[in-house]
Amino acid sequence: MLAFLIQRVLQAIFVMFVVALIAFSLFHYVGDPVLNMLGQEATEADRDMLRSQLGLDQPVVVQFWQFIVNAAQFEFGISYRSARSVSELILERLPATLELATISAIFAVVMGIVLGIYTAIQRGNWLSKFIMTASLIGVSLPTFLIGILLIYLFAVELGWLPAFGRGEVVDLGWWNTGLLTGSGLRSLILPAITLGLFQLTLIMRLVRAEMLEVLRADYIKFARARGLSRRVVNLRHALKNTLIPVITIIGLQLGTIIAFAIITETVFQWPGVGALFITAVRFVDIPVMAAYLMMIALVFVIINLIVDLLYYAVDPRLRVQGGAK
Amino acid sequence: MFKKTVIASAVMMAMLATSAHAETLRWTRSADGLTLDPHSQNEGPTHALNHQIFDTLVYQDMDVEYQPGLATEWYVHEDDPKVWVFKIREGVTFHEGQALTADDVVFSLNRARHEHADMRGLLTSIAEVRAEDDFTVHVETHEPNPLLPNNLTNLFIMSRAWAEEHDVEEPQNFAAGEETHAVRNANGTGPFRVVSREPDVRTVLERNDDYWGIDHYPMEISELIYTPIESAATRVAALLSGEVDLLQETPVQDIERLANAEGLRNEQGAENRTIFLGMDVGSAELRSADTDDNPFADRRVREAIDLAVDQTTIQRAVMRGNSEPAGVIAPPFVNGYSEELDEVVPADLERANELMADAGYGDGFRVTLNCPNDRYVNDEQICQAVVSMLARIGITVDLVAQTRSVHFAELAREEYDFYMLGWGVPTMDSEYIFNYLYHTKDEDRGSWNFTGYSDERVDELTVDMASETDTESRNAMIAEAWEIVADEILYIPIHHQMLTWSMRDDIDFKVQSENTPHFKYLRFKD
Amino acid sequence: MSQHAERGDVVVPARPGRLRTFLDSDIVYSWKQQPVVIVATLVTLVMFAGALFAPWITPQNPFDPRQIDLIDAFTPPLTTSDFTGTFYLLGSDSQGRDVFSAILYGSRISLLVGFAAVLFALVLGTLLGLSAGFRGGWRDALIMRVADVQLTFPSILMALLIFGVIRGFLPRSMHAEVAIIVLIVAIGLSDWVQYARAVRGATMVEKSKEYVQAARVIGLPDRKILVQHILPNVMRPVLVIGTIGLALAIIAEATLSFLGVGMPATQPSLGTLIRVGQDYMFSGEWWILLFPGVALLMLALSVNLLGDWLRDVLNPKLR
Repeated sequence: MLAFLIQRVLQAIFVMFVVALIAFSLFHYVGDPVLNMLGQEATEADRDMLRSQLGLDQPVVVQFWQFIVNAAQFEFGISYRSARSVSELILERLPATLELATISAIFAVVMGIVLGIYTAIQRGNWLSKFIMTASLIGVSLPTFLIGILLIYLFAVELGWLPAFGRGEVVDLGWWNTGLLTGSGLRSLILPAITLGLFQLTLIMRLVRAEMLEVLRADYIKFARARGLSRRVVNLRHALKNTLIPVITIIGLQLGTIIAFAIITETVFQWPGVGALFITAVRFVDIPVMAAYLMMIALVFVIINLIVDLLYYAVDPRLRVQGGAK
Repeated sequence: MFKKTVIASAVMMAMLATSAHAETLRWTRSADGLTLDPHSQNEGPTHALNHQIFDTLVYQDMDVEYQPGLATEWYVHEDDPKVWVFKIREGVTFHEGQALTADDVVFSLNRARHEHADMRGLLTSIAEVRAEDDFTVHVETHEPNPLLPNNLTNLFIMSRAWAEEHDVEEPQNFAAGEETHAVRNANGTGPFRVVSREPDVRTVLERNDDYWGIDHYPMEISELIYTPIESAATRVAALLSGEVDLLQETPVQDIERLANAEGLRNEQGAENRTIFLGMDVGSAELRSADTDDNPFADRRVREAIDLAVDQTTIQRAVMRGNSEPAGVIAPPFVNGYSEELDEVVPADLERANELMADAGYGDGFRVTLNCPNDRYVNDEQICQAVVSMLARIGITVDLVAQTRSVHFAELAREEYDFYMLGWGVPTMDSEYIFNYLYHTKDEDRGSWNFTGYSDERVDELTVDMASETDTESRNAMIAEAWEIVADEILYIPIHHQMLTWSMRDDIDFKVQSENTPHFKYLRFKD
Repeated sequence: MSQHAERGDVVVPARPGRLRTFLDSDIVYSWKQQPVVIVATLVTLVMFAGALFAPWITPQNPFDPRQIDLIDAFTPPLTTSDFTGTFYLLGSDSQGRDVFSAILYGSRISLLVGFAAVLFALVLGTLLGLSAGFRGGWRDALIMRVADVQLTFPSILMALLIFGVIRGFLPRSMHAEVAIIVLIVAIGLSDWVQYARAVRGATMVEKSKEYVQAARVIGLPDRKILVQHILPNVMRPVLVIGTIGLALAIIAEATLSFLGVGMPATQPSLGTLIRVGQDYMFSGEWWILLFPGVALLMLALSVNLLGDWLRDVLNPKLR
């Protein structure tokens, strides 16, 4: 257990190091930060002064160390574009993204498991065939196209739901939430569906495949032979064994949801970190890009770590082998 | 008990007095202001937002007439033509209660001249700013500057005491690596005060009931909610579904739909801005071309390009009729503009091809055109149209379309051969155009002249027209300068931009040609 | 080899005798059984053919600015323009570009980027996977650690990042020219891990089998063992991943172009066309958005259906 844990944590640190290196190279090689900060009328002397104030005349290794030290404190300087503190910008926008991602994830996981089980058990009936085919459309439609279609249908033609933004937001001091107001909840529906649909289809197809495999296994046949009811067999025995491999994938998919939020947030003008990142890419706002990268990497590393540990907890075989995959 | 009742009824009275118009206006456009710091950026959306919160000494109202703001009167000093006298309005207080004095004005002008302030470009003529007494300010310029007040219409006045308290005496300090207090907080004297601000998301302003002009202007909006929406389609969807009340930049393709939509209407007007293409004529060799000389240096090539670009078709197809094809880079408001100058050169491909052949480029050449893609109305599409028009005279154009900040930064570093630019003339005078776009690029002038063009006579006229006080001889200078540059074809004019704002049809508001709404003028129809 | 042909692994038969075997195989049987798959095959073939022969089918080359006439902008579908007398089957867009031609040329880009990116990922992944699985040791450790790190990030984010970094090093004027190559590399690089993992696993299984052990004992060189014995056996999972990967790569390209970091508006792919068309959602020119959207949907859907079916066929356990 301990060896396994240490190995995983070391790997996580390695990942963060690599990402930090990439983020630092962004700072260093893509565009000249001094040129970006000072206006076009600054003199060469002004630039040199700022360069030394920012420590840009130090050796690269020293700068990289400084970058890591700052990053560890989540300190990325100020945005070239808006002159605001980058860490504050990100923290301010994080609740919007996390709320959207969480709701979509719940939607995708619950619907995915339910539909997956249904289509596995009722294999061959017309409804599950329909669901399976429809799910392919879900995989094939790019996220942005789904978003545009939903806006057109529900916001413009029918006028039922808002087309953009988060609606009314309640400020709780350390967190701002759209979950407590009617308009906030209504604003959440379309983006959450858009973001969750792809994951939903993936999870559903995965659950179905695993479930089919398990149902074929000998112990299920024995259970049936013992005269246990279909329902008990399906839900108690088959489902339990289906979910073990599914957990890993779902865990990884949660990370993907945060990444895909970039697209959904762009389409729906959702004020989250993804939209912030895309604006930063277009404006070559390096501090924001670097901070976003580091943050996403951290989120992913943590999710992976949790998934690994969960996997370890539910799958006894791993315990025997001591973490080898 | 008694006391309580008195307070309660006093509150009631106060509420009655102001709640005559308890109306919220939800306003949207494509981009947010970059900062609330009024001097650090010289940019349209930033100024438009700050105009609701701050006041300037002089401003341009909805008809772009100059109006007294915090200055009640202004004139050139009787004894010294280099000194402008501004009389400051008395009894004005900032949102946080500080009383406005001449000292705050001196402080603000000097702050805007700081090296980190983008606004200093407009104030280079100033030598010194002094407070003569509590309500009189003298601004001394290096040379007589008859147009100084015109340069102050976006120069916001902040409180010295507040700036000192929050350590924001300088517009920005990048080296400190921290955001300054003034980026998200503002203490102005304007018609609205800031309630909350989330940059790029939502800014809430409320009516300033202590505004000095509360009885002078309609001031019918009690709450102003500003939510910028980047995507054109989403912006229109938000107005159609009633989530916003006023859309400042209506995409040209949606004007008709919004005009026919129930409960909505459009307001249109000419904007003080001309869109054109610039060429580097000065360099010996172009950076992006496949030739080892500079084809743009040949006037025949420039004329051929002018003949190949079909302004009328761009107006019809790209702008759907919502623009005025241009023959000169001066908007029609400007002193020195004439219809003769503005005559559009009709497209003539045959003649253009002849000229290309005469110039020795019968086989054409290849060059990069740099455009912004989020600054002007349909900017990228105009450039695409130019690409296919120039293909017909053999010029292969590689189009690079980028976001505005990158475009303008690279343009300023003189990295472009062929570029799009739009120019508005806030001073309403041709001198502004010559000063920035035609004068030889040097320390003081020609700062937006990236063509490499340099003409002694034009330079001389530009300098003289800035300080000439006799109107007639000044206008003669302007006319002469236009005559010289018109023959050079340095810039290919595309069109004068038109503005469309869409709004709920019970709103009485019209387009301001600087694209700067002053919401204190907005009325609701009963 | 013949052993695999009987299992229906090699899709293209070389000789008539094999054709017979192929037509009788499980694959063809399963194909005939499913009308949805038949339709998907037909749609895929039609779209591939349309993209491949676009220069001969389309009335216009939408990438050649000389052939685009701005004066014809916004001509509705099935209409002849009043100005130039040109007939537009699916209408024209804001630049006077023929939407039908633009879709075929756009699909060409989508398919080119899709195939090239998959090929790139497949070759890279297979090579690394073989190397890791067969040799083991530090190679295995290094390759698999890198794979783990990369798997931590979703491919679209990887692609965005790789795209941004590559462009940071190139001069701006080159961006339009090399956009397609940058896209291929970005999408390909973000996707090699799956192949590497699958190949590594299959290689390790094969390696321990007796015939490989025997081949090693009689002194066959490693290269020969890898190419003749192991590679054919690991191709099955690679092909399955590849077909599904193609649909994903097509969508990734469209998404990047939609976000404005893919193909430029002067050489539009389907994603770029949709991004541009989005602006005309409310203005009545529905054809600028609708047709490219439907084309992308059909392409991705049919390739996905085929991939899905192929996976089921090649994975007999699930049948």
